Amino acid sequence: MREKRRLGPLRVRVPGAAGTAALLLLPSLVVVFGIVVYPLARTLYTSFFDVNSPFPGRYPFVGLGNYRWTFGSPDFWAALRRTAYFTLVSTWFELILGLLLALLLSVRFRGRAVLRSIVILPWALPTIVNGMMWRWIFNPEYGALNALFTQLHLTSQYRSWLGRPFLALNMVIVADVWKTTPLAAFLLLAGLSTIPRELYEAARVDGAGAVRSFFSVTLPLLVPTILVVLVVRTIEAFKVFDIIYVMTRGGPANGTQTIAVFAYIQAFSNQRFGRGGALAYVIAMFILGFALIYMRLLRREVEY
Amino acid sequence: MSVFDELSRREFLKVGAAGAGMVLLAACTKGGEETSSTSLNALFMQQAAYSNTDTQGMIAAFQKANPKIKVTPTFVAYEALHDKIVTAAPAGTYDVVLIDVIWPPEFATKSEVVDVTGRFPANWQTDIFPGALQTAQYQDKFYGVPWILDTKYFFNNKDMLSKVGVDSAPTTWDEVVSAATDLKSKGIVKYPLVWSWAQAEAVICDYAQLLGAYGGQFLDSSGKPAFNAGGGLAALEFMKKTLDDGISNPASTESLETDVVKIISQGQAAMALNWTFMFALANDPSQSEVAGQIGIAHTPVGPSGAGPSCNGSMALSIASGSKHPEEAWKLIEFMTSQTIQDQYAKLSLPIWKSSYDDPQVVSTAGAEVVAAAKSQLNDMILRPQVPAYNEASAALQLEIQNALTGAKTPQQALDDAAKVWEGLLQS
Repeated sequence: MREKRRLGPLRVRVPGAAGTAALLLLPSLVVVFGIVVYPLARTLYTSFFDVNSPFPGRYPFVGLGNYRWTFGSPDFWAALRRTAYFTLVSTWFELILGLLLALLLSVRFRGRAVLRSIVILPWALPTIVNGMMWRWIFNPEYGALNALFTQLHLTSQYRSWLGRPFLALNMVIVADVWKTTPLAAFLLLAGLSTIPRELYEAARVDGAGAVRSFFSVTLPLLVPTILVVLVVRTIEAFKVFDIIYVMTRGGPANGTQTIAVFAYIQAFSNQRFGRGGALAYVIAMFILGFALIYMRLLRREVEY
Repeated sequence: MSVFDELSRREFLKVGAAGAGMVLLAACTKGGEETSSTSLNALFMQQAAYSNTDTQGMIAAFQKANPKIKVTPTFVAYEALHDKIVTAAPAGTYDVVLIDVIWPPEFATKSEVVDVTGRFPANWQTDIFPGALQTAQYQDKFYGVPWILDTKYFFNNKDMLSKVGVDSAPTTWDEVVSAATDLKSKGIVKYPLVWSWAQAEAVICDYAQLLGAYGGQFLDSSGKPAFNAGGGLAALEFMKKTLDDGISNPASTESLETDVVKIISQGQAAMALNWTFMFALANDPSQSEVAGQIGIAHTPVGPSGAGPSCNGSMALSIASGSKHPEEAWKLIEFMTSQTIQDQYAKLSLPIWKSSYDDPQVVSTAGAEVVAAAKSQLNDMILRPQVPAYNEASAALQLEIQNALTGAKTPQQALDDAAKVWEGLLQS
């Protein structure tokens, strides 16, 4: 801290220090411009043209035509509904399971450190690996899930888990929940550790049991962390792509085609890059909307 | 300032300097390569036909014959191949790309692969199977050289069939259904038929074959969609009925060709359509429980009396972004040459007509395979050659799945697909 203050006036006196600072910042500026600003601007530009090949060139200007097509396409709305379902269900499952896991991990017991590191493993797995793994687990002929269920006599015969549209969507959610619950759990665990012990003691003195003290002390004080989990997870889930690309490629019967997969197919499989660009912007706008709502919610929490 | 800070800063500078050095080095080698030797990048698939090992063997032989050219192959799943070619096109990542029979119209109109008609020797047009030549052809121009000449044959488990008194492979779809019904009722196998009906190009291949057998066509003579009536409709109704009757494995709707190989190899199905490669894999004792029992035959005929098989050939093309088209052509010429193709005939048959009478090829590929190929390769059905094929196919895949999963009736599903096609064919 003190060092910083001393540096302040120094910077004013030495001419060229600001220039040096700018020079040192330049590489990161180039990177940010190259991988964030330029693609954003370029995608927006592309979305106004009927771009039908990956090569640069002259393409007919269509104005808002690609956006009109997007909002007029029943496939878009169907994909949006599936994305909303995926986001809602996976986020809530991750939140509830993550909370239970966090509560368990916050209790002192033998082997807690070991358990904590095991729990984080699914999160450490690359999504592609996770997707492949679950695809094998769900395989109708040699998958582990069918073997488990039949050996436990829960089902009498092997089932096809990714063969029906709605079931497949739910099975992809299972895979996503398995992978991302640890993240929710660890964020919530951090939140739990900030709750002062005295509050629990006071609750106990007032005669509150475990359940009562959870709902009256833990949950209200955990709200900011829960909001953070919701923000991070809804935004991530809304743009879900990789796990679906690996597990089902959007099938069967488009049952797992979320909006990001839809955008990918338009751009790269159908070579309609203008539509892909428009879709990417629609996704970005939705996420921006979420982010604004959540930011307001979070700010209110802080004031409180 | 502590020693630790000092160290980490120095380290940071070191890493930075090393990074900058590497960038410089990369820039230098890129410039240097062109003078001494050429480096080619080639994109292949890992699924059906030639195995990765076969492809690498061919490349090794090529590099031995051309020490100045270094080839780096990349293998992707078939399902990722098209999009990889598209996304890599502007950067010119690949010199040689493997393209499917359904892509030349699209890639040609968008200039993603190079027209090689001028490089084609005259004798190729007569020495190569016409079905193979069509693979790389669009509007009388060639956009590559056929490399994989493949089509879907009818595979059957002879041991299982003989248990229900069927001693030679069924030759009509009616016989297939009655054999399957017997196999099921006698408890020999729960689901006698298995198909690659996942939402992928694979389902279109099976559908095309059945459409041909029922005398249907994708487009009528005026170029309008015609699959939603007559043979096209009957084919889909047949597919749905085999699922409803329990003679087709319900896992078919999420299976690709490799899944079909696995299911047949585990003895969990008796009959299937698949590419040539399945014969070698399903009869290989190290990966199949039914090795030696799997026969290969001409695809069954339908009520129309025809039994065409889906032309699933693939060609090697020069990517339009390649900076070494001469060397790329050399590689393509080498890999499609009769000598090389004869040598690797086990998993994929040569494109050359005369190879099929070569005893060496017959012994490598198996007499049964060559016999089936000789009749089937002259009896193939092409999927429609239209620039928007991928989009059209995706729409049809979706609607076929809608019908197979019971979300729509076959008629409704195909009508809906035809509506999408009309829009796509106009634009």
